[in-house]
Amino acid sequence: MSEEYEPTIIAFCCNWCAYSAADLAGVSRMEYPANVRIIRLMCTGRVNPNFILKAFERGADGVLVSG
Amino acid sequence: MTAPSEYNRGFEHRAAIYIKFAQAVPLAYTIDRDLCIGCGLCEKVCLAEAIQYDEEPKKKELEAGAVVLAVGNDAFDPRGLDVYGYGEFPNVVTSMDFERILCATGPYRGHVHRPSDLKEPEKIAWLQCIGSRDTHECSHPYCSSVCCMYAIKEAVIAKEHSVHPLDTAIFYMDMRTYGKDFEKYYDRAREEEGVRFIRCRIHSVEEDRETNDLILRYADESGNMQVETFDMVVLSVGLKTPKRLVEVAKLLDIELDKDSFVETGAFTPVETSRKGVYVCGTFLEPKDIPCSVMEASAAACGAEEVLSDVRGTLVKEKTYPEETDVFSQEPRTGVFVCNCGINIAGYLDVPAVTEYARTLPGVVYAEHNLFTCSQDTQVMITEVIKREGLNRVVVASCTPKTHEPMFQETLRDAGLNKYLFEMANIRNQCSWVHSHDWDKATEKAKDLTRMAVARAQLIQVLPQPTVSVDHKALVIGGGVSGMTAALALADQGFHTYLVEQANELGGNALKLIHTWRGEEISGRIKEMVKQLKDHPLVDVYTGATIKEASGFIGNFETTITQNGSDIKLEHGAVIVAVGAEEYKPTEYLYGEDDRVLTALDLDSAISSKEERIAKAKTAVFIQCVGSREPERPYCSKVCCTHTMQSALQLKEMNPEMDIYVLYRDIRTYGQREELYRDARNRGVIFIRYDLEQKPEVKKNGDGISVRVKDPILGRDVEINSDFVVLASAIVPRDNSLLSEMFKLALNNEGFFLEAHPKLAPVESATAGILLAGMAHYPKPVEESIAQAKAAASRASVVLCKDELTIEGVISHVNELMCRGCGKCVEACPYGAIAVEEREDGKSTASVQGALCKGCGACAVACPTGAAALMHFTDDQVLTMVEAALAM
Repeated sequence: MSEEYEPTIIAFCCNWCAYSAADLAGVSRMEYPANVRIIRLMCTGRVNPNFILKAFERGADGVLVSG
Repeated sequence: MTAPSEYNRGFEHRAAIYIKFAQAVPLAYTIDRDLCIGCGLCEKVCLAEAIQYDEEPKKKELEAGAVVLAVGNDAFDPRGLDVYGYGEFPNVVTSMDFERILCATGPYRGHVHRPSDLKEPEKIAWLQCIGSRDTHECSHPYCSSVCCMYAIKEAVIAKEHSVHPLDTAIFYMDMRTYGKDFEKYYDRAREEEGVRFIRCRIHSVEEDRETNDLILRYADESGNMQVETFDMVVLSVGLKTPKRLVEVAKLLDIELDKDSFVETGAFTPVETSRKGVYVCGTFLEPKDIPCSVMEASAAACGAEEVLSDVRGTLVKEKTYPEETDVFSQEPRTGVFVCNCGINIAGYLDVPAVTEYARTLPGVVYAEHNLFTCSQDTQVMITEVIKREGLNRVVVASCTPKTHEPMFQETLRDAGLNKYLFEMANIRNQCSWVHSHDWDKATEKAKDLTRMAVARAQLIQVLPQPTVSVDHKALVIGGGVSGMTAALALADQGFHTYLVEQANELGGNALKLIHTWRGEEISGRIKEMVKQLKDHPLVDVYTGATIKEASGFIGNFETTITQNGSDIKLEHGAVIVAVGAEEYKPTEYLYGEDDRVLTALDLDSAISSKEERIAKAKTAVFIQCVGSREPERPYCSKVCCTHTMQSALQLKEMNPEMDIYVLYRDIRTYGQREELYRDARNRGVIFIRYDLEQKPEVKKNGDGISVRVKDPILGRDVEINSDFVVLASAIVPRDNSLLSEMFKLALNNEGFFLEAHPKLAPVESATAGILLAGMAHYPKPVEESIAQAKAAASRASVVLCKDELTIEGVISHVNELMCRGCGKCVEACPYGAIAVEEREDGKSTASVQGALCKGCGACAVACPTGAAALMHFTDDQVLTMVEAALAM
């Protein structure tokens, strides 16, 4: 492999905490790699295991559930 | 131009134009006029034309019927106390400084460094009571109430943030973790996290000039001098009223006490000396967040009572055009990409994202705006929706947390259902965090837009039905909390049912003599009882119990039983104020020898002027009886203060009486510290004991002997006493039935659980049901009253409405697919789902929309797919997963 391996990450974030934290990271101009795609949910209680499996099936290298 | 950042407490510099702090509302910049050199360049470069450089401060006059003072207070500045070296030694910081050091938005981005050399410390000491519990000049005699808890929190978090094992030590006099669940946090910090707690008096802090390490000298409990070196010292500073607030008080003509806190009474805990002016929070007395939030609602209650006649008269209702029926339409999506000045456009290719959006399926229109949120853009979006026949709108800009409601409003103005809207967060979660990689940020913005557009194709119109509200209230419990709540509601004009199981109103307060400030209690209770009985809007039911309850916020139906007959009550809100009771001890000869009394026994013995009390030569108080024990791991909060009151009262009756108080920590928080000091000054002797070595109480001829190990003498002492008073715990009543009937959670000890310990301290997790008084946690009269008023205020938020709007983002159970297994009922944290038998005999689950908070836990628990969360259905989420990965 010539290029450095870069994983693709799907993040399921709770609207009330982790999603707000991700917003605050922006307000605070904290830099992090651009390979994460955040999906907002009202609560991580909404994360069906199928969501995670689907992400892996479609090629995600990592799934983050944060709430 | 730069100046030390106030927010980051001088650890960093800021510019002359700056945002005051990360969570500022509104999150807008301000100009520091003192620092500004007056070039006016900012006005010319601001694309949004948001700066009016020569704008002058304006005076505004407001007419108000009530004023609430929530002005807070200042942290103590320890510069005046030279023994600690603050301001002189760089590695001595205050707890406020350390909060910033620990914070992700702080000077070191949440990594623990010390200021002198940015070394990661390996040993940190916290020194308690800096500026508090200290009668010297520059300091304050009162306890600042919050420092013990925040010091423990800082120590635990510092350990978590530290890259290597961090040694944390808290040097203190008494550990005051008296709040709800605080004692458990203290236990965990000590036993599981390894925070060291050292009971001592500090002598001095000196600096090693070579290393900038700090040498701490202190006298341990047995009086021996000890020396220990630390990398950093944190001063746990207290709270104080600054001069500017003293001026505010003068301006408003309200009285302050000798400590410069606002003067209030136990029965009027948020009323100032001036009618119509209310106060809450630390301007009243040092206190933590839960108590401040309770008082805030209590102050609102005060304002509501005086303004109830004009409630709602200034409300203007907005009207919207009728919603377009889009049910049968193919999605026609419009995408609006925001430049946000240069906040987005400066870091990624906004025109490219817009071009890309045009190519996405279902998109018929795309454009980019300088500021999509500006007022003129809203007008433009409304026109575009109508002109292009859009039935889905996607805005790619900042965060839905701040801007979704505003854009939804724009949709409603254009005649679209507000749920036909979706946002892509390409600023906070893209341009701002990938500012060094134009290509990757652009690529991510395209992905986020594609995900939002994909979801927009599947989102649907959601209804927002309304339910009517019954304006009456039910208050359960006729103690001081319940009576206060009932009066507060009735005084606002809400018809209130007050149900008490005993045959008379008053509860525990009937047994108490004085509040800690010396206000007489029983007369006041009688007055309240009379007010309630005379109040045209209050129906009092004594000797009554709750039989059954059903319904939901705005529409409850409760059956009570009184004198053997059932009475059905309909009401819109419930306040649970059933109180708690005194623990009956099973140790120290209680119940075996009548000279061993509980605190309440002593109160009644004093009230009935028993000679054996007045004539006694020696009295011993034992603290923490039944509290702070493994089976009851909480502090009962009121007992230390009550013991001080009793000891002082006994000294008043008989100054010659020898009084001993055997204690573990004295927790006379806030200004109650004054009683502790008085007791010491009056000659009361305090002897500390450990849980592992509790005092022994034995019969000894005619007297009682109490044996305890004195930690200063290092040996056992024996006291022959005429009577022994046990400061016994406060225990919850059997709340299991009420908890079941109203679906209210209890904590491990059996007290009712609040919805959020800090932000919603009087709400239960079930909407429309509020908590007040000792049913929630042990607390003194003034706090029970504040909480009862707070609960009344929160209840009035519901009761004043004619109808409640049910949000669209709630769960729905498809009856055809439901087999009534009840998994969703178990999963629902809000008691919003019930399985009921239908007319055809089949059992299915149904959602009570007014209670559902839209978390979606039921949809995950449902094995058949019958339960779904509207707006976040499986399809609507999975399409985002697919779109995210479709590259």
